[in-house]
Amino acid sequence: MKRIDLHLLGPLIALIGLFILGALLNPAFLAPANLSNVLARSAFIGLIAVGMTFVITQGGIDLSVGSMAAFIAGITIMAMNALAPITGANWGTILLGMGVALAGGALAGYVNGALVTKARIEAFIVTLGTMGIFRSLVTWLADGGTLSLDSGLRTLYRPVYFGGIGWITWPIIVFAIVAVLGEWTMRHTRFGRHVEATGSNDRVARYSAVDVARVRLQTYVLLGALVGLATILYVPRLGSASGSTGVLWELEAIAAVIIGGTALKGGTGRVWGTVVGVLILSLIDNILNLADLVSPYLNGAIQGVIIVLAVVLQREKRTADER
Amino acid sequence: MKRRNLMKLPLAAVALSLAASVATAQDAERKIIGVAIPTATHGFMGGLNWHARDTIDRLGKVYPNLEFVLSTSGEAAKQVSDIEDMLATRNIDALVVLPFESEPLTDPVKQVKAAGKFVTVVDRGLSEEGIEDLYVAGDNTAFGRVAGEYFRDNLEPGAKIVVLRGIPTTLDNERVEAFQAAMEGSDKEILDMQHGNWNRDDAFKVMQDYLAKYPQIDAVWAADDDMAVGVLEAIAQAGREGEMVVVGGAGMKDIVKRIMENDPQLPVNVTYPPALISSAIEMTALHFVSNAPMAGRYIIGSQLITPENAEQFYYPDSPF
Repeated sequence: MKRIDLHLLGPLIALIGLFILGALLNPAFLAPANLSNVLARSAFIGLIAVGMTFVITQGGIDLSVGSMAAFIAGITIMAMNALAPITGANWGTILLGMGVALAGGALAGYVNGALVTKARIEAFIVTLGTMGIFRSLVTWLADGGTLSLDSGLRTLYRPVYFGGIGWITWPIIVFAIVAVLGEWTMRHTRFGRHVEATGSNDRVARYSAVDVARVRLQTYVLLGALVGLATILYVPRLGSASGSTGVLWELEAIAAVIIGGTALKGGTGRVWGTVVGVLILSLIDNILNLADLVSPYLNGAIQGVIIVLAVVLQREKRTADER
Repeated sequence: MKRRNLMKLPLAAVALSLAASVATAQDAERKIIGVAIPTATHGFMGGLNWHARDTIDRLGKVYPNLEFVLSTSGEAAKQVSDIEDMLATRNIDALVVLPFESEPLTDPVKQVKAAGKFVTVVDRGLSEEGIEDLYVAGDNTAFGRVAGEYFRDNLEPGAKIVVLRGIPTTLDNERVEAFQAAMEGSDKEILDMQHGNWNRDDAFKVMQDYLAKYPQIDAVWAADDDMAVGVLEAIAQAGREGEMVVVGGAGMKDIVKRIMENDPQLPVNVTYPPALISSAIEMTALHFVSNAPMAGRYIIGSQLITPENAEQFYYPDSPF
């Protein structure tokens, strides 16, 4: 008989608890418009966090994703603005822009991955470096100001963030599809098993004929492509990118992965847990804004407490396992 | 070979001393002005960086005997090192500094003053008084007060207002307190104040939550035009454009343009010009090239931008 694992269900219980708390504090919380906002807002971090789950599971880390998102958003906007006079303000131009975002993201991820696997530099150091590089590049491209999308294209592109099927907007749909695909990839494909094997013991994985370097590289490329996808959804929201776009997204994504039950040292990855983690983080934000519970100065502290609590719970589980 | 070289030595020495005397003769009239400002990380600072570079280019052409050293730093510690480098390796005659943070910069700037240099402090004061020769700043109290007075005098009685604050700092507190003071005793109500951190994305989120929370909002004080952009987008998403006016601040060119075009959603704006760095650099330069006295405090007032006067606040080339 299967025992109910409280640690496994912990994040889920916390999420349900937050829902009940939110509903009790303010009836506006459960309004479809509010839920739609919160879910759509979660989609950027969510997509990145799904990719981050793979990177962390193979034993790596990527600190550059927030800066990368800002940089990709910047070049996507510049590409579309440059194309608009030639191809016109139509969906073709936007699709080309989306292509730039996806390819740019995958390429940026490849650079990170290649530096880690081919140049054999610590992932922490590589991505710390590229974090600074991407952030400076976008600030430089924007001349310290803001890169804005051509207004004709913006009007056309806007529904990609704000439109959808009823109140379920496109970011929510994309996030849901990516989450399901991510969980399936982690659980049921050879790639997923190799990622877990690499993270849990890379030497054993190598002896078992797993191409460890290739698996590692692939996770960074996957994460980069997902950053590109997140950018595709982000650009239509405000139609702009600047040096302050995506600040601290990397930490939010990593926090979501850890809250969701993926071990920071690698080996086990839970994509569905990451999704729950992302939702927990954005719900806290939303509830604090709706409820006036504490001074807004303390919002960050409350999120911090939740993150630490989540990790404490997991550590208890791991020591219990090792006993 | 050795001998020939030795023969050349006295010649070289003469040449060197000649070069040195020429250099000192030039130094006598040449003045070096160091400018230390924060990196362009958001719209306002981007504008400030642009104005700084623009002013330096222009003054360098007008006054060939003035030389400028510009440094931008992303944190207080780096700015301190930059200033130390300017003093040690470039031997600056004056320093124009926009302190990244007041406390950590106070002592290093004091050292520059102690070395007998002309010091101009911009925007954020140092934590000790009487160090700088010249202080150039925007008026944070007026920035909040002008917006508050506009709301007090122009909104319907009983109007409901939400506020987006900046990054938690003393500067933000000054603005918000002045805003509240101006609103005090009026029949308008401030519903809520949350931090949007002078950031578009954060402001978008906070405004979405305000819109979910309050069925009636008549006016938004976004306190910064970067935040106003996020606020406008959230309002458009909720389809409530006709219900409320938005007042930002600092005069971003896109917003000023919409005021020029009489956008009913954006009736006015309050200035806090990023070009204040130009005033500071220009006055410091004048200290060396004119006889006009340049010491003291120079506070640039916060003005109300209305459709009538908007044109004079519109800088189409600035990135902000």
